[in-house]
Amino acid sequence: MVTVIAETSGNSLHPVTAQLVGAAGGDATVLCPGGNGASEAAALSGVSKVISVEGDCFSSFDGGAWASALGSLTEGRVLAASTANGREIASRMAAAKGVAVVQDVTSISGNTVSRPIYSGKAIETITVSDDTILTLRPNTFAAADGGGSAAVNTVNQSADVATSVKEAIAKASERLDVSDADIVISGGRGMGSIDNFSHLEAIADQLGAAVGASRAVVDEWGMSHSIQVGQTGKTVNPSLYIAVGISGAIQHLAGMRSSKYIVAINKDADAPIFGVADYGIVATWEEALPALSDALSNL
Amino acid sequence: MADIAVLLKQVPDTNAKIVVSGDRVDEGAVNKWSMSPYDEYALEAALAQGGSITAITCGPDRAKKMLTDAAAVGATNLMHIVVDDLTTLDSNQVASILAAAVEKTGASVVFCGKQAADTNAGSTGPGVAEKLGSGCVTMVSELSGDSSGFLALRPSATGMERVSVSAPCVIAFDKMGTELRRPNVKGIMMAKKKAIETMSVEDLGVDIGSASVTLDNQSPPAEKPAGQKFEGAESVSTVVGKLREEAKVI
Repeated sequence: MVTVIAETSGNSLHPVTAQLVGAAGGDATVLCPGGNGASEAAALSGVSKVISVEGDCFSSFDGGAWASALGSLTEGRVLAASTANGREIASRMAAAKGVAVVQDVTSISGNTVSRPIYSGKAIETITVSDDTILTLRPNTFAAADGGGSAAVNTVNQSADVATSVKEAIAKASERLDVSDADIVISGGRGMGSIDNFSHLEAIADQLGAAVGASRAVVDEWGMSHSIQVGQTGKTVNPSLYIAVGISGAIQHLAGMRSSKYIVAINKDADAPIFGVADYGIVATWEEALPALSDALSNL
Repeated sequence: MADIAVLLKQVPDTNAKIVVSGDRVDEGAVNKWSMSPYDEYALEAALAQGGSITAITCGPDRAKKMLTDAAAVGATNLMHIVVDDLTTLDSNQVASILAAAVEKTGASVVFCGKQAADTNAGSTGPGVAEKLGSGCVTMVSELSGDSSGFLALRPSATGMERVSVSAPCVIAFDKMGTELRRPNVKGIMMAKKKAIETMSVEDLGVDIGSASVTLDNQSPPAEKPAGQKFEGAESVSTVVGKLREEAKVI
């Protein structure tokens, strides 16, 4: 018996929820906060029951209220997504139940789990107990297929809310978030100036990719911290990570080395980034990016 | 002005090489220990609020230096709960210890980093909030107001949002606009004389039971097989072909 805390995105299910169900390995109860995504969850294979958890406390995110409203409905092992909200819910739920939480798990085998530490500079293996709450790193576990037809029950819950949203600020751009994207193209100091990021954005548009940046350029060129990849930025693990003009400081490698495939474009043949690249191209970005654009157009 | 407790953790500097020796990360090989970067933002935010600030850490003896560093920039009280090896504790025990320490200070506002740079977990802020029965906002990148009504900027599903929360509360900081101030000479001299209230978990009087998870081992990340390297922009089309045919990712 496993309880999955659904990660939702607006009214629908975030793709990581299917991965949580996949990792549960069958007989999963899915709790849908605010009822969002309940019918989608019911259609996942391996789901035996969906609980649409409704109540005023779900109108905006409050980790304490959500953990309290969801916590009384869990049975067996609890799995949540290792996202900002998932981690907060899991932390509070664990502290309320007096059990441990292990965050950002990348493999599970019985009661043995592993997770990256030091932003991936090392891995630790932990024996957990049956009641330990786990959050799972997105894009690491195989998603459950469709074809399920679980029953959806609705439960009304109430909880004390300590926060209230005063102002919503829309995203400055419609670009994908680096932590969600399947392909990320990042630029570093080798791009020369912030203006040249438009060339990366054009490639990103061709690939449906998110644009990331190294800490050096985020700090020096005043870019948004939300696109910074690295130990003090975001840890990403897309299918494809393209690093352009990034030398590969240990700080940066920590945030992207778990990407499935890494392409490095750098004019310095000795740059450390080539040490983690599956495909390295020694060239300037000025030459390589137009060639990349052409090659993608010809696919 | 409300008293603020700031939770700090000493970690290997983010530029430090992490070496695994046997089945543990070799702490002796760490050339520099620092205050965890997000905790620095929490401390700076507390200093900007002013008033009485108690810097609290849980960890081995080496962490005392970090508390002295916090005093040098303006932390008024220092509290050290000595735990020789934090990897022997689970998240629930850490939250219980820190919540008890906060209660001992009487602070109604707790600032901390969104996660520590070693475990990258982010369990502590919300966990302590739960133990204290406090509200909590995490991933905060801007803060205004005071304990009677903070306004905190955090990410939301559709962008960002400003959220209000008042004491008792825990605020867990992401990268903020202002870096931690540098100490001046006077601050450094004063900090050297500042007493650190040092105690054990038993002294705190909190029953943390036994850990429910066990660390089996720590290991270096799996080595990637050596990649393929090409010279010149003319190789780009070859690589794109391989991404489609070999890697099947585009």
